[in-house]
Amino acid sequence: MPRTSEPATRATERIIVDGVSKRFLLRHTHSLKETAIAALRRRPLSSSFDALHDVSFRIEHGESVALLGFNGSGKSTLLKLIAGVLRPDAGEVLTRGRVAGLIEVGAGFHPELSGRENVYLNAAILGMSRTEIEARFDEIVAFSEIEEFIDTEVKNYSSGMFLRLAFAVAIHTEVDVLLIDEILSVGDEPFQRKCLAKIRERHGEGRTLVVVSHDLDMVADLCDRGIVISKGRLTFDGETHEAVRRMRA
Amino acid sequence: MTTSPPRDAGFISPGRGAGLVDVYQRRYLLSLLVRKEVQVRYRGSVLGWAWSYVKPAAQFAVFFIALGIFLRLNQSQVNYPIYLFSGIILVNLYIEAFSNSTRSLVDNGALIKKIFLPRELFPVSSTIVAFVNFLPQLVILLVVCLVVGWSPQPVQVLGILLGVLIVLVLAIGLGMLFGAANVSFRDSQNFVELIVMVVVWASPVLYPFAQVREVFPDWLIVVYQLNPITAAVELFHAGFWYPTTGGAGRLPENLVMYGLIGLGVALITLAVGQLVFRRLEGRFAQDL
Repeated sequence: MPRTSEPATRATERIIVDGVSKRFLLRHTHSLKETAIAALRRRPLSSSFDALHDVSFRIEHGESVALLGFNGSGKSTLLKLIAGVLRPDAGEVLTRGRVAGLIEVGAGFHPELSGRENVYLNAAILGMSRTEIEARFDEIVAFSEIEEFIDTEVKNYSSGMFLRLAFAVAIHTEVDVLLIDEILSVGDEPFQRKCLAKIRERHGEGRTLVVVSHDLDMVADLCDRGIVISKGRLTFDGETHEAVRRMRA
Repeated sequence: MTTSPPRDAGFISPGRGAGLVDVYQRRYLLSLLVRKEVQVRYRGSVLGWAWSYVKPAAQFAVFFIALGIFLRLNQSQVNYPIYLFSGIILVNLYIEAFSNSTRSLVDNGALIKKIFLPRELFPVSSTIVAFVNFLPQLVILLVVCLVVGWSPQPVQVLGILLGVLIVLVLAIGLGMLFGAANVSFRDSQNFVELIVMVVVWASPVLYPFAQVREVFPDWLIVVYQLNPITAAVELFHAGFWYPTTGGAGRLPENLVMYGLIGLGVALITLAVGQLVFRRLEGRFAQDL
């Protein structure tokens, strides 16, 4: 029997999403002149649609959670809200610890810089300090398997090499919560397996995972909990295999 | 059960930073962003960094021939080449810092849409890049001044530093203001191009201050001098040009006062810029 004097579970939570709604305003005008003309003619300046509506859940430390939903369901919006890229219009998102996302691997890469310079730049963008990057540099390069090209400019890389390096940087960041969007777009099959193994390893070390993917089998395998989003509303929250069954129903 | 989330230690709202304070916290990232821009700037060009000498040299030549020789400013103004060059490089610093930081958010849109980082990093790093680009020109000016026999007072050197400070603070402040507006309305960057076109003529860069005083009524002179860029340019003249004239040059009065007012205006602009930036920041990722 848990004693009542025991502290609540709050200290173990990593992410709290409380009554979150997100509405996108689609602006129809893109200059002051267009705005003025549209206003004079009494045409609507913008229209809106609800990407998320009153979504609430909590994610505990060390959980692995899949956000499931069809295209346009709002799951990527949800991931961006957790990452802090977007802000909710209503409700509240709270996170504890360092949160970093593989939201789009390689977003901060610059083609004119060498692989080495890009590793430092991107790791710093993802929130790592200089000493952390230096300590992990060799590991990152080894994981990407492109040691011999590390001092070549990234614009000369094949797309596979580029994605490997970008993924290697992101997966090695020092974080408490790892946000992952569409991991299986990375590289060939052996490398994908390696990525998955690495993600499992990071999870095993106690990191919290939040994964968005359309590959339902992979997600069911990787995550313990599934949250299904449909048309911006949370429709299911529970065991992943059950969540995937509902998705396929 | 629990309706409101706990607010105990450690929880934060993602995406809400502390503005310019965060930029200082992430100064390692700032240094990498600056280094990236500096490295990439002239990559793929044969002349490379020589371009940062060629451009001001050409600009200087054009103005010197047109104004110094044709309009005879070289005869009426002592050491006009130094007067001209010291003003031009400072205004160039301002123009580059201001227009680059205005565009910096749109230019880095891909990153802003995907990863949260203090967005103030972009205007600040653009301004620092402009400053790095200014340094070689400053070296040329120093060499020329030394050759002509430059021996400034310490207070004049302080004036030079104050001039640079005014320009940088003002550029970051205006860059945040117009850069944030530029995310939703690209009119902003065109408007800035217009401002920048006027800047070089609105301060005594190409012509002597004394000629303005002959024409303008007193109240207009005050307005003219309240422009922080005018104060900064005059501080540069006082630091570089005046000590080479052997007392033959003439400077406006109350230089220190207008310098401090200029710094004050720049700091207020920075505060307003930060405030507006934070109000608009929440929409950046969806408007870009």
